[in-house]
Amino acid sequence: MNKKTSLGNRLVASPYLLWSVLFIVAPMFFVIYYSFTNSAGAFTFENITELAKYTDTFLRSIWFGVLATIICLVLAYPIAYIIAQTSSNAQRTLVALVMLPMWMNFLIRTYSWMAILQDTGIINTFLNKIGIGTIRMINTPGAVILGMVYNFLPFMILPLYSVMAKLDKSVIEAAQDLGGNRLDVVRKVILPLSMPGIASGLTMVFVPSVSTFYISQKLGGGSFDLIGDVIERQFQQSYNYNLGASISLVLMVLILFSMAFLTKFTTEGEGMVI
Amino acid sequence: MEEKIIIDLKNISLSFGEEQILKDLNLYIRDKEFLTLLGPSGCGKTTTLRIIAGFLEPDSGEVIFENKNMNGVPPHKRHVNTIFQRYALFPHLNVYENVAFGLRVKKMPEKEIKTKVNDMLALVNLKGFEKRNVNSLSGGQQQRVAIARALANEPSVLLLDEPLGALDLKLRKDMQAELKSIQERLGITFIYVTHDQEEALSMSDTIVVMDSGVIQQIGTPQDIYNEPKNAFVADFIGESNILDGIMRRDLFVEFSGHRFKCLDSGFEKDELVDVVVRPEDVEVVPAEQGMLKGTVTSITFKGVHFEIIVDIKDYKWMIQSTDYQEVDSEIGLLITPDDIHIMKKSVYSGVFGDYSSFSEEFDELSDVNEEVED
Repeated sequence: MNKKTSLGNRLVASPYLLWSVLFIVAPMFFVIYYSFTNSAGAFTFENITELAKYTDTFLRSIWFGVLATIICLVLAYPIAYIIAQTSSNAQRTLVALVMLPMWMNFLIRTYSWMAILQDTGIINTFLNKIGIGTIRMINTPGAVILGMVYNFLPFMILPLYSVMAKLDKSVIEAAQDLGGNRLDVVRKVILPLSMPGIASGLTMVFVPSVSTFYISQKLGGGSFDLIGDVIERQFQQSYNYNLGASISLVLMVLILFSMAFLTKFTTEGEGMVI
Repeated sequence: MEEKIIIDLKNISLSFGEEQILKDLNLYIRDKEFLTLLGPSGCGKTTTLRIIAGFLEPDSGEVIFENKNMNGVPPHKRHVNTIFQRYALFPHLNVYENVAFGLRVKKMPEKEIKTKVNDMLALVNLKGFEKRNVNSLSGGQQQRVAIARALANEPSVLLLDEPLGALDLKLRKDMQAELKSIQERLGITFIYVTHDQEEALSMSDTIVVMDSGVIQQIGTPQDIYNEPKNAFVADFIGESNILDGIMRRDLFVEFSGHRFKCLDSGFEKDELVDVVVRPEDVEVVPAEQGMLKGTVTSITFKGVHFEIIVDIKDYKWMIQSTDYQEVDSEIGLLITPDDIHIMKKSVYSGVFGDYSSFSEEFDELSDVNEEVED
């Protein structure tokens, strides 16, 4: 549009502009500002160089995030496919069921998993009763990843479902008609056509997984520090805003890079659903 | 026409819930023929096609391909291919890959695929479109890709589900001729579904007229037009005046208060019958010379002829004539034995054929409904 925006247009857009400045631009500015200053406010690279200490934590966060994302994809894909195949009434119900856990507080849900997994928890009590004995589940990497998968699974199912529900049935029939068996149809038609949903789902699960802090503390027992935990500690306990900000900044850059990478390989210019 | 039977449907019935879609349908299809399933929406024609393709299983009855029972055989194992109503091209593949889809599934060597795809694209006049995105093509071009894609698999039977429904009139006419010529060149069987009677008449070797899940008549286009079996067929194919008549004896029928000579025989004496007179067969003469006399109630210019509605003894006839007549003037009609077709009474008697409620607008409204497929 080449037309000059009128005063009226600008007035209408101003609340949005104000919102963006207040809640997006300003925080970003502060994150960058704190990252490159010390507690006295002087410019420094110290915060960034100090990050080397946290290499292991970074790698662990990314590794856990990747695992949780892949597990979510493997679980969510068939679920989304099955939901999309049912009648429209059943679809509404099933989608509501997928979202139901999200209506409950995130902390409460994670606490419930503690109650289920701990040595004196529901599963172990049962295993003891039938004579198998206690199996250590809480405070393991598995428990942390389970927590991530459980909490973020709906974010994978929903974008996949929304793509699959929109698939033209006759395109699938055409593939069958041309000699494609079930596997061919999934591999050559349904999978490529659901790529935008996969890309959105991967983003929506990977980003919160890689930056989560609460799940690792409660289900990992503090032995599997994730980068989110480190950031939280810098702000809540050490009051080292500068280091906390620099870790956040690096995490953000990492996420942006992985998203760019993902988008390049999953969507060939089609764009994501969400 | 070769007499080999390629598809045989025996006693097919199918219901969706309470609604019975097909009622004990029997139909055989000869090899290399162009057969059209014709009927209004909801008549079961698309359902019949989907049963042949394997997308639907009949509740009862047998589907036989070349003497083999195909009940329960999934679509990908049937040697038929379908052209879908809205083309159903793969949006993520370009033109070349769309056409190559079936060949790749069959794991044909790349070199053969290339030759085949190029042949098919040449057949449908789409050379040079290989790399194009299918979403950027016009409706007619998408239709051609769909045809090339289906034919690349070398089916012995091609099923076409209202393939030209979404195209404009001019393009539809061109594609009709093209489809017919492709069918003749390749010598394969076409089973074509349409609600457009003109399309059916101009393309088919055999027309199957269906209504409410029942076959009303099977015949060549000439048979169907000239010798309709009942009032439904007479009304659906072309325009017809359908009147109550009495067969006084062989070769003599009485209707509209006049006794006519006709060519039909084999009825009981004084049997009640339906009489069909096509609007274009009637000759308009001065009132005193006519076998029937009536008052003109409306006249519409149609280009090739005028469409005249004439009131004869409270029954509105439609007459097509090249001569203009004044509204409210009295005219006479001449009907020769050749113009009269006699049908036995059926459930459709009295439902069709009177033009008293006829108006252009009404006709178009009912056409719109037919566009929405079952």
